[in-house]
Amino acid sequence: MDLETLLSYEWGIMTPEFIILGVATALSLMDLFMPKSQSRKILGWVGFAGIIAALVSLLGHIGHSPESILFDTFRLDSFAKAFKLLLLIGSAMVLLIAIGYEPNEGLEEFRGEFFYLFMAALLGAMIMSSSGDLITLFVGLELLSISSYILAGMRKRNLHSNESAMKYVINGSIATAITLFGMSYVYGLTGTTNLKEMSGFLTSIYNEQHIYLLGLAFFMIVVGLSFKLATAPFHMWAPDVYQGAPTPVTAFLSVVSKTAGFIIIIRILFSIFANAPSGDVQGLPMILALQDYIAFLAGATMIIGNLIALRQRNIKRLFAYSSIAQAGYLLVVIASMSLFMFDTLWFYLGAYLFMNLGAFAIIQHVTHKSGSEDIGQFAGLYRRAPFLAIAMAIFLLSLAGIPGTAGFIGKLNIFMGALVPNEGHYVLVSIMIATTVVSYFYYFGVMVQMFFRPAADTGKVKIPAALTAVIGISLAATILFGIAPNIAFDFLQGNFNQFTDFFQ
Amino acid sequence: MNLAYFLSILVFSPLLGILVLSFLPRTQESLIKTVGFLATLPALVLALIAYFQYRAGADLEQLNEKASWIQFGDAGQLGNLFSIDYELGLDGFSLIMIVLTAVLSTLAAIASIHIKKEWKGYFMLFLLLEVGMLGVFAAENLILFFIFFEITLIPTFFLIGKWGYYEKENAAYSFLIYNGLGSAVLLIVIMVLFARTGTANIDALMAAMNADNPQLVAPISENMKMGMLIALLIAFGVKLPIFPLHSWMVRVHVQAPPSIVMLHAGVLLKIGAFGLIRFGMGIFPEQFQSLAVWLAVLGVVNLLYGAFLAFVQTDFKMVLAYSSISHMGIVLIGLGALNEAGIQGAIFQVVSHGLIAALLFFLVGVLYERFQTSNIQNLGGLAKGMPITAGFLLAGAMASLGLPGMSGFVSEFMAFLGLFKEMPILAAVGTIGIIMTAVYLLRAVLGITYGKAHRDFAGITDMKKFEFVPVLVLVGLIVLIGVYPSVLSEPLTSTLETIMLGIGG
Repeated sequence: MDLETLLSYEWGIMTPEFIILGVATALSLMDLFMPKSQSRKILGWVGFAGIIAALVSLLGHIGHSPESILFDTFRLDSFAKAFKLLLLIGSAMVLLIAIGYEPNEGLEEFRGEFFYLFMAALLGAMIMSSSGDLITLFVGLELLSISSYILAGMRKRNLHSNESAMKYVINGSIATAITLFGMSYVYGLTGTTNLKEMSGFLTSIYNEQHIYLLGLAFFMIVVGLSFKLATAPFHMWAPDVYQGAPTPVTAFLSVVSKTAGFIIIIRILFSIFANAPSGDVQGLPMILALQDYIAFLAGATMIIGNLIALRQRNIKRLFAYSSIAQAGYLLVVIASMSLFMFDTLWFYLGAYLFMNLGAFAIIQHVTHKSGSEDIGQFAGLYRRAPFLAIAMAIFLLSLAGIPGTAGFIGKLNIFMGALVPNEGHYVLVSIMIATTVVSYFYYFGVMVQMFFRPAADTGKVKIPAALTAVIGISLAATILFGIAPNIAFDFLQGNFNQFTDFFQ
Repeated sequence: MNLAYFLSILVFSPLLGILVLSFLPRTQESLIKTVGFLATLPALVLALIAYFQYRAGADLEQLNEKASWIQFGDAGQLGNLFSIDYELGLDGFSLIMIVLTAVLSTLAAIASIHIKKEWKGYFMLFLLLEVGMLGVFAAENLILFFIFFEITLIPTFFLIGKWGYYEKENAAYSFLIYNGLGSAVLLIVIMVLFARTGTANIDALMAAMNADNPQLVAPISENMKMGMLIALLIAFGVKLPIFPLHSWMVRVHVQAPPSIVMLHAGVLLKIGAFGLIRFGMGIFPEQFQSLAVWLAVLGVVNLLYGAFLAFVQTDFKMVLAYSSISHMGIVLIGLGALNEAGIQGAIFQVVSHGLIAALLFFLVGVLYERFQTSNIQNLGGLAKGMPITAGFLLAGAMASLGLPGMSGFVSEFMAFLGLFKEMPILAAVGTIGIIMTAVYLLRAVLGITYGKAHRDFAGITDMKKFEFVPVLVLVGLIVLIGVYPSVLSEPLTSTLETIMLGIGG
């Protein structure tokens, strides 16, 4: 490749990524040259500014036709734009939570790393959402994963944190290996790593052995990627890691990293397997033939997440299982493969982003003050800080899918998508609704603590400004999208053209 | 009455009270109680205006409101597959339910004077509950109905769990789980209907489900219809409640504060009956006919089961709780009869029992305030110490057991008239329940009023001034319906005609 072709590329479409990369580099340099005594909080604000800049430049791209550079390894289509929007907003809020984080133990010295590792992880997630090639997909995935491993172990003198990082690395590597193994089969069959070329090649395979191999690849890729989503069968790491990692990292894993997981699973499954034959008589594409398999995983995830959450006393473990359950709901969207899968997924991920991050901001504040993560710490919160308690109640109601909140509208969309096909997914919908009722138990359990139980300590609560901002934004969004969801739907329909360019 | 937003203002007017309350300091007890009470008045006034205008011949359709709300399911050139509108509207039946809700809310706000702590939170939730209840009856589409239905759930959970009696949290959880499951089943039905027909508007659904060649997004088979009706029966059966789904309701009646039980027994349980009539009969008339016998059987079971269990209770609240189950049996009997008399009887019973239950639970609150017990034996000899209260208690019991001249009589008479026409043997069995009702109510009430006195009534004041208001209003309405039933039957005429047309009766 000579310089001329290199320069001829439309590098402009990578502006958001370049900004994040630049800021991450700048942060690491600043951290290096800043005197030890100076607070690293300023780095967080610089990072925040960088994300906002990236967000603005991304908004500038919305409405343009899809483009791709570097031999179609990097593409900016509607799907990439829409989901990058979520990644950037989520990361900006996580960063605010991190700025408001006042570590109790041994984090002071590493605070700089904290911020630029977030940026690196975000960069990985963004690359994933834009990649049109298995290689870039995998590089993005690894960038995200490795940064996350370090982040989870950030509290170096905390036993739980060490344990969580260790478990995360081991589980993560196994999962990655499985994914990679699956990908290697597809590469072996097609001889290319480009998703579009693969898809074109796979339409014409007819050898039964090959189809069998492809099916095997499908299973392995889905199993391996379920690690990032924290869904069955690779969900076991979540509770330990969520509990041990610093709260901002937990928030990051539960929202941004999960969103990235859904991005990659959609990119791979719907690019590679959408056109491949399944070998059955009706000529069903492979993805439809294996729909029930995803549905099974979704059902299992919802049941496991919601049932085990019932027994949790640690609020972060509780939210780990809650986030497993939420991922199960999101898998229902993928399993039902309706006409408006992308819209539904986007809306629910957006709603989930706000309600979960809002809740984590409050969790961080409450648990930090007392140093314990038992849900008993929420006792009497209504007395101490009525605003905080009511905000938390609304986030919990939204997670539980009660009308008036964004979570309800999101669930409504999921049901519609699952029931519209001629053979509606009745079992899956029933499981989802039944487990939602089960989830009332633990979500309301926290509310019972906040509103019914007397407070252990009656001191007034002072919230850092950054956390107030996160809680305020999340609260406004949760209610706004619950009452007037059409703002989001109109935005989607007006700007992303039903995501049709995903398959082009 | 040509007013845009009339219904929206009616439904959401209590929110104004919540807004005002949020600015009040939480220690101002009497101010908070006054504001809480005043906030229920706009809805009451508007509901009464609508009622009298309708009686005077105005058309309810002028009140319909419609605004586009959510569109999703973007299908490219096809446009949006699914849109949910914000639609409110009234017919005779829902108008009556709204009046009932507004009246009982105001009275329950008066009864809330007995609340002892955290008045601010209490009244905010109370008013939110009122919004939910009014909205349920005014909603013209299923999604909106469901949203209001769920909105009633959350405040009720907190009102029971925080301001109730000894085992309040268990009662609140049991309420939440039973009703949560009920609404989950309801949601499945609503979503299937919506996904397959593309509309959630109730009238449009009625038309679509009963047309010969309906325009549907996806087909609906006969079996599916039957399945959906049975699911509806379970969903609303939890609410009503139908035996054996009733255990939560007994707990709630015993543990919740009396002012909330007034609303719960008076309005919330009635949503079950309302839903069965409006959606069960309206959307699935054919399937409903084939289930009618079973409904009547369930009704008789409810009637007898409630009556026998009420007979053995020692706590007056338990008697009333089982009496509610028993009386809801009469609603089912009326619906099972599936003729005009039966359905009219069922609707009458819904209203009549709402008023009677509210009256009796208000009196329970009055007694509990003074004696901290609702045990029948402990309250014995009340007629000596509190003759006025005892007198009203007796009046409430008479209304409940169906004394002619009071509302209970009209409804029971009509429901049984309907059933005797269709299934005489079942109806004959059911009449045992009527006799049992008289037996258990008289046993309990006479035990309280004329039983052996176990306590000294010195220093106990009889009813205070403010306590007379709810009692007199309720007794007045009960007698009014008893002697002049057309206050109810006339507004219902058109609704009944529509229903009868649907089931081809």
